[in-house]
Amino acid sequence: MTPGTRLVTGLLSTITVVVLLFGYHTSTAGALQSSTSILGSPQAGTTPQTDTGTGGSGSGDSNGSGDTGSSNGSGSSNGSGDSSGSGSSSGSGSSGTVTGPEVQTRWGPVQVEITVQDGKITDVAVPVYPYNNPRDVQINDYALPILVQETLDQQSAQIDMISGATVTSVGYVQSLQAALDEAGL
Amino acid sequence: MISPLTEPTRIHRRVEQLMGMPVSLALRGRHARGPAAEAAWAEVVTDLRWVDRVFSLWRPDSAASRLRRGELELDGCPPEMTEVLELAQQAERESGGAFSSFLPPDDGDVAFDPTGVVKGWAVERAARFLHALDDTDFCLSAGGDMVCRVVRGDSPAWQVGIEDPRDPRRLVARVPVRDGAVATSGAAHRGPHVVDARTGRPPLGVGSVTVIGPSLTWADIDATAAYAQGPAAADWLRTRPGRTGLVAWDDGRCELVEGPVAST
Repeated sequence: MTPGTRLVTGLLSTITVVVLLFGYHTSTAGALQSSTSILGSPQAGTTPQTDTGTGGSGSGDSNGSGDTGSSNGSGSSNGSGDSSGSGSSSGSGSSGTVTGPEVQTRWGPVQVEITVQDGKITDVAVPVYPYNNPRDVQINDYALPILVQETLDQQSAQIDMISGATVTSVGYVQSLQAALDEAGL
Repeated sequence: MISPLTEPTRIHRRVEQLMGMPVSLALRGRHARGPAAEAAWAEVVTDLRWVDRVFSLWRPDSAASRLRRGELELDGCPPEMTEVLELAQQAERESGGAFSSFLPPDDGDVAFDPTGVVKGWAVERAARFLHALDDTDFCLSAGGDMVCRVVRGDSPAWQVGIEDPRDPRRLVARVPVRDGAVATSGAAHRGPHVVDARTGRPPLGVGSVTVIGPSLTWADIDATAAYAQGPAAADWLRTRPGRTGLVAWDDGRCELVEGPVAST
């Protein structure tokens, strides 16, 4: 597994992310619709899937039509997945560290760990994040794309960002929500 | 707690919902975390929120909306409106009209819709706050269109995966980028929302177009303009100086495209 990545995220912005996923009215694009495509997708050939969002197949249904501007992200998925594999929950919202369940994204599992002190989040870390551990040869700027055929759920997908998708944060947010739920926050 | 984060390639990520899409930042290096990173990220967020307030047509009170309704003149808008308007005009010229920001609204009058050009422009502009982080690599992505920069000599390039438009769980390509932009336009995820302005019809035959170049403003515009041209996407992109790209055709073929060397 890749080493952990920490998101140094303040309390306010952390909560903002979660709130926005579920309630942000799209103003320039219907990005959140796309979350359905990952959350509803079976991840063949990976580790046993930890299902979150049992309340529905992802947030933000796809009945909007992109730039018509009427879509919003008010899905009902709440990340209430079974937290198999999660550890070290310290109990109800007092102090300690809470690890959310692993959430499968298209390019690997994401898991969020939050540290709580006196009922407030003091740190958010992502011990499991499918980021690249780069060892590719350095290539000039504006290199042509290197054609590959690989599935994003393979751990071999050595990538830092995805172009073409508008869903880069969804797995993270789902995972974070689950950790928040577990912490009782 | 988590072990100390001293590894030079450790990536720190942030994400925020802005302009209707997730905006993700990856940082690595000296200011990947800490007060300088927080401050720079806060400035990026503030800046993009400002862009949304000014340019969003889904905000009735935005300058763009008021301009469109004729309640505001151009000189009553922030000067950035003129900058974006000129970009839109240039994009229309250079795409032979395939890309237009001046389609008639319901009443038939031609009105300016900045939506197609403002995203890449805004993100490239917001990235200026990240350039100020010394000895720090960044990749700032808004809904899959991104500005990448590697300043540390021993750092690897950012690896950008290009999504398969026919199956969002697959990649069709990877692009290593040290200093530049990557933008993809296509119908995936959002359904048809791009039309060829000359015909009013969605493009045929092409699944997505990815453009890599020095500027996200133009990578974004070119990706959309090429995509809108359907079967002519690759041929048009091949005329664009300093750009490289990838056209993923509907039949599964992927075509690599290299434009002429940029003169500037």
